Amino acid sequence: MTIGIEHYLTVAAILFTLGIFGIFLNRKNVIVILMSVELMLLAVNINFVTFSTRMGDLTGQVFAMLVLTVAAAEAAIGLAILVVYFRNRGTIAVEEINLMKG
Amino acid sequence: MIIQTLAFYLFAAITVASAFMVVAARNPVHSVLYLILAFFNSAALFLLMGAEFIAMILVIVYVGAVAVLFLFVVMMLDINVAELRQGFLKYLPIGAAVGLVLFAELILAFGAWTMAPGAQAAMRARTPAPGRVDNTEALGRVLYTDYFFLFQVAGLVLLLAMIGAIVLTLRARPGVRRQSVPDQIARRRDEAVSVVKVPLGGGI
Repeated sequence: MTIGIEHYLTVAAILFTLGIFGIFLNRKNVIVILMSVELMLLAVNINFVTFSTRMGDLTGQVFAMLVLTVAAAEAAIGLAILVVYFRNRGTIAVEEINLMKG
Repeated sequence: MIIQTLAFYLFAAITVASAFMVVAARNPVHSVLYLILAFFNSAALFLLMGAEFIAMILVIVYVGAVAVLFLFVVMMLDINVAELRQGFLKYLPIGAAVGLVLFAELILAFGAWTMAPGAQAAMRARTPAPGRVDNTEALGRVLYTDYFFLFQVAGLVLLLAMIGAIVLTLRARPGVRRQSVPDQIARRRDEAVSVVKVPLGGGI
């Protein structure tokens, strides 16, 4: 049996679902939430590259690189915010982060 | 062909299993290590698809930069793991329910997918025939011509992220002694030295 487009799409769907699941499961640990977001972006990349290679259009791979850029920027900014939050409060439990809401 | 099938199932299984361990691991350090494993195996999946450049970029950017950044932050912050695990099982049913519904919807959507009739004609950047131009060169030819503006915007996003991260984490700590060159140059002799006449046997 050959590996078709639907196999890769299924893997991407499972990865995306696991990302959502991780956000629900680790409501307090913001590091694992960020990692779940990275997993979801990886699933999106797998979808882009799958369609790009199977349809013979390079645009999908260009967009996958842009998604990668945004993922790297998001990780850097998110972890910087996390470091500042930990410095001010001594914990990374995000349930008290809504204090700024007023 | 059988090798390809076996390789796909191997890499896909390891990717999915390590992605599950990312969200389920008890220790955040283990989560990061499983995340690195997931990225490596999905890079192998990209290689199987024939997107070599994206696979290498995934290893370099994700494993080399993002995952190591995560590992650095996790190890730098002194995190109480047990406190963060409270309520872990409370959200398990709703998380599983939402995940299952979303997965079913995605599978239904992918199962009903067919290529539109005009899709082949509407392609913007057709992949060159393999053998003449490799993946990296073909991607570079598209990226630096048709998508040059997007390329510049991606660079701008990275610059903004760098400036933002530096501005957020920089702090001016009081009470730290640093060398101040202007103060040293502006010092005069009469501020620094005074001549004292010491009486014999008296001390200062």
